[in-house]
Amino acid sequence: MSAFDTARLRADFPILRTQMRGKPLVYLDTAASAQKPQVVIEAVSNFYRHENANIHRGLYELSEQASLRYEAAREKVRELLGAADAREIIFTRNTTEAINLVAWSWGRSNIGPGDEVLITALEHHANLVPWQQLCAERGARLRVAPISDDGELELDGCESLLGRQTKLIAAAHVSNAIGTRLPVKKLAGLAQARGIPLLLDGAQAAPRFPVNVRELGADFYAVSGHKLYGPTGIGALYARAELLESMPPWQTGGGMIEQVSFERSSFAPAPVRFEAGTPDIAGAVGLAAAVDYLRGVGLARIEQHEAALLAEAVLRLGEIPGLRIIAGGEQQTGVLSFVLDGVHPHDVGAVLDAEGVAIRAGHHCAQPLMKRLGVTATARVSFGLYNTSEDIERLAAALRRCIEIFR
Amino acid sequence: MSELRELYQSTILDHNKKPRNFRSPQQANRRAVGHNPLCGDEITVYLQLQDDIVADVCFQGSGCAISTASASMMTQAVKGRPLEEALQLFDSFQRMVTGESGADAADAQPKQMGKLAAFAGVREYPMRVKCATLAWHTLRAAAIGGEAATTE
Repeated sequence: MSAFDTARLRADFPILRTQMRGKPLVYLDTAASAQKPQVVIEAVSNFYRHENANIHRGLYELSEQASLRYEAAREKVRELLGAADAREIIFTRNTTEAINLVAWSWGRSNIGPGDEVLITALEHHANLVPWQQLCAERGARLRVAPISDDGELELDGCESLLGRQTKLIAAAHVSNAIGTRLPVKKLAGLAQARGIPLLLDGAQAAPRFPVNVRELGADFYAVSGHKLYGPTGIGALYARAELLESMPPWQTGGGMIEQVSFERSSFAPAPVRFEAGTPDIAGAVGLAAAVDYLRGVGLARIEQHEAALLAEAVLRLGEIPGLRIIAGGEQQTGVLSFVLDGVHPHDVGAVLDAEGVAIRAGHHCAQPLMKRLGVTATARVSFGLYNTSEDIERLAAALRRCIEIFR
Repeated sequence: MSELRELYQSTILDHNKKPRNFRSPQQANRRAVGHNPLCGDEITVYLQLQDDIVADVCFQGSGCAISTASASMMTQAVKGRPLEEALQLFDSFQRMVTGESGADAADAQPKQMGKLAAFAGVREYPMRVKCATLAWHTLRAAAIGGEAATTE
């Protein structure tokens, strides 16, 4: 394995050559959205320039080509997630829509009065609100597995909440707010022992290390294209074939039918059954280019690179007086949340912005988690394959500037 | 950095460090809770209205420097004023921080706005308008009898 050549990789990302507030951009908000390599930008642009047509409809060459490109993208996502069959990959807008698909289709056929759905205290609102709303509608109950003060999921607490009434476990693979990597294989074991499915929110995991849904034992796995260095507006759901077969459509209309009369309709098999209307074809093509790019760089190498950056950041931020890092467990991945004594995270974000450093400040779409941690908000830095030690230096210097201004 | 100094003027930093009227109320007859859904910040404004005059006003809660200082300076600006005048001040304040008043009016504003003119720099930071106006929205909610305010 050759050395991780960040300088060469950075050259692939045109936006990293731009400035923010008159300073070279330090982008430390990849957990919110990753920047795009030139190959992705070109794939989308070339599709519109040379290949655009609707899919699965036209009898002409252009449409045939577009259909092939779209299905090839599905195959790329299958490879990325290690699914057995591309028919287990459904294109969605993003992770949120992928989880909503499961809640609407599988959830409304399988969750009833008295049933329970188990989530964790670490969830992004995307893997919380759909289940909360489903439970409220169905007279079911949402249970929340606790976390420890060091940001680790409490497996014992998790197991004690499981019972005959539990119909689904839904958990993040990696917490977007504090970076905890959850023991998802153990969760899969708990789910399998009870014969219930496990849904994983893979939005933060899939761009950061190799994922194989079959090895993990996940029944549903949701990802966002834009966090995988691909375009916005495209995401994917992996769903195990056996579950997909019995799942009803959640949106209906063109493209997903078999036969339609004024009286009734029959529906196409998966995955088409779950993709009503014209999908984001260019987005899928762009996502395929992003997957190629990620696999070319190597997800195992990205994992190593980001782990080294995280360790370095923990050291450097630890030297800053009054800075408290929010613990993200033993296997913290890609994301680092912190609070600075006497300086609100929004003000941290504003000062860093003035220094050209982009971070996220707020509740990270995880308000109940913030409450559990005893904060209203945190400042969060997150890494991508293009970040460097120099970025961390700039971050640390900007944080010292915050202290100068506010203390 | 100079732009940042425009946002974080020394008055604002001072009120953030030592917020005025940051206390539980003595004789409030109105209150409202304000939320900023963007950051989860929450503020409670207590109001003592006597014959439509703001006899006393105070606040509690947590927020960023802009929202804390804005709440603090708002309480000083409206205390003792007729309620109607206080709400008019909110309108002017909102026009100032959103930059809606236009360049000419903005130039004329500092006099009329008094110390609140320190918030004029917020107009360069659209994301922070909600921070600057949260206390004012909450004041209005308390005054007109609403229970909750939001910046949305």
